[in-house]
Amino acid sequence: MSNPNLLEVEDLSVSFRTDRGWVRAVDSVNLHVAPGETLAIVGESGSGKSVTALSILRLLGDSGQVDRGRILFDGSDLLELDDAGIRKIRGDRIAMIFQEPMSSLNPVLTIGKQVAEPIQLHRGLPWSVALEHATELLRKVAIPDAEHRLGDYPHLFSGGMRQRVMIAMALACDPRLIIADEPTTALDVTVQAQILALLKDLTRETNSALILITHDLGVVARYADRVAVMYGGRIVESAPAGELYSNPQHPYTRGLMNSIPGLDGSPQSRLITIEGQPPDLANLPPGCAFAPRCPHASNVCHDQKPALEQIAEHHLRACHGYE
Amino acid sequence: MRLIPGDIIDLMLAQNDIATGQDRAAIEAALGLNQSLVAQYFSWIGAALTGDLGNSLWQNVPVVDQLAATLPITFELGLLAMIVALSVALPIGTYSAMRQDTAGDYISRSFSLLMLAIPSFWLGTLVMVFPSVWWRWSPELNYIPFTEDPLQNLKHMLVPAVLLGLSMSAVTMRMTRTMMLEVMRQDYIRTARAKGLSESLLVLRHAVRNGLIPVVTLIGLQAPLLIGGAVILEQIFVVPGMGLLLLEAVFQRDYPVVSGVFLIVGVGVLLINLLVDLSYGLLDPKVRHQ
Ligand SMILES: Nc1ncnc2c1ncn2[C@@H]1O[C@H](COP(=O)(O)OP(=O)(O)OP(=O)(O)O)[C@@H](O)[C@H]1O
Ligand SMILES: [Mg+2]
Repeated sequence: MSNPNLLEVEDLSVSFRTDRGWVRAVDSVNLHVAPGETLAIVGESGSGKSVTALSILRLLGDSGQVDRGRILFDGSDLLELDDAGIRKIRGDRIAMIFQEPMSSLNPVLTIGKQVAEPIQLHRGLPWSVALEHATELLRKVAIPDAEHRLGDYPHLFSGGMRQRVMIAMALACDPRLIIADEPTTALDVTVQAQILALLKDLTRETNSALILITHDLGVVARYADRVAVMYGGRIVESAPAGELYSNPQHPYTRGLMNSIPGLDGSPQSRLITIEGQPPDLANLPPGCAFAPRCPHASNVCHDQKPALEQIAEHHLRACHGYE
Repeated sequence: MRLIPGDIIDLMLAQNDIATGQDRAAIEAALGLNQSLVAQYFSWIGAALTGDLGNSLWQNVPVVDQLAATLPITFELGLLAMIVALSVALPIGTYSAMRQDTAGDYISRSFSLLMLAIPSFWLGTLVMVFPSVWWRWSPELNYIPFTEDPLQNLKHMLVPAVLLGLSMSAVTMRMTRTMMLEVMRQDYIRTARAKGLSESLLVLRHAVRNGLIPVVTLIGLQAPLLIGGAVILEQIFVVPGMGLLLLEAVFQRDYPVVSGVFLIVGVGVLLINLLVDLSYGLLDPKVRHQ
């Protein structure tokens, strides 16, 4: 049987050069996603979600470096491509949507030009034709009066509308994979739901894969097929979404579940956060990174890093176990 | 100006060998210098509002005529210098930012520091002296009006304009570099990069205009510097512009001429800053919509 996965991240480790030396932000991460599938990556701030996503498109910048690993997309390793090669993938085969709709659009270029740009670039079409496509795309993401808004600048759009523009831009070249890095964090709740539903519908329509990065397990419950939970740069649990909800196995995942406000529908339910601080990546403990905060931690947890192991079908966990 | 020791009467009397107290009073009265400073000021303002800036105390020709003759020349020099400054500063500053911390960056930053440190009169003198010693070539010093022979005129103006432009380019270059570095860190540059744009398109299409907005402000702030530099370079290269007029007037204590030049300078600086404000509208869509 041929490989059903569109993207496979194998044993990826990424470090950053900082004032305190090299800091490993992502450690031995494995991920895969198939066409039409939505994979959620969940975790607290600083757990390495964005770094993982940026590595896929090789957008880490000058201070970051991939130490190890392979990123197979359609069978070829993205890390092996030359600059021109990866540029052909960016925006065409793999598109990315960023967290900050307010600052992610160029303030001095019209919306039309920014949405049309990937089409002009990758399809080699003249601007006039690309702009027609852009109108179509803006209509698809439900921007009212699309043809007239083409010439408007980003500051005339609300946060939600800008994120729709970002989605239109990402969809421009019919990418096989869309990576959405906390696409709705900056938006209010009703707009969040609209944007996520839109994203989900559009990817289902084109059978493209979606990697949805979020720190909100509530979002995951409704939109993801599979979930990978990250902590301190590692994946600590991964499972199909339903399985993860009904049967969370890692103490950190359980903690996250408890911190979702009102998942049971009651608006008053208290926001429980996990005790303690997120780990300092420059100074990780020798054992499990979560051990200092874990209510079940035993000696072995403080001494040895747990490996990610299969505990049920499609369900992986990195934990020494507890009763 | 009036506080500088040695007033115009001393200078006039010294040239004419007749030195009695009576003559002094007579000349003062004739030139209107016997009134109080405040009175002189208000009568100057009053006249200035009607377009009369008085007469030169030495040549007895209207200051307005002198300004009209010299202003276009200085304007030409300033414009040329500005063109030189921008065409040096913007590309090199951008290059420097793109190649941050490489040899190229260090070379262009050192060059900018050097330009900042070397006074233009010194550089001007160097350009006058050394080429003539080494290659028996010296810059053109005969002023020919642009309307008579544009080429010859440019040949004369080019050297002072380049010197003035280079000294102005220093700050602009540093500012361009800083702003481009800042812009390249912005989220929308990351977005553009994620679309697959090449570095050159990234800079040209997405970064330059954003980086230019603050640089334009700086150009406005540099206008007075331009005029100060023009005074010195016009002197060295014998360009009969407003700078030279001002310098001579100061040496001769020709008060109305000095006041006239400063009036024009003030208006000029205002106009340049107005232009700067208008250009924001072109660069920044947020300003345009308001
Ligand atoms: N350019 C960089 N230079 C140095 N360190 C970085 C850089 N980018 C990320 N890091 C570090 O890598 C770690 C992981 O960051 P990352 O942005 O992936 O977190 P995240 O899970 O996306 O969090 P958030 O929910 O806040 O977006 C952080 O500790 C961060 O300090
Ligand atoms: Mg992030």
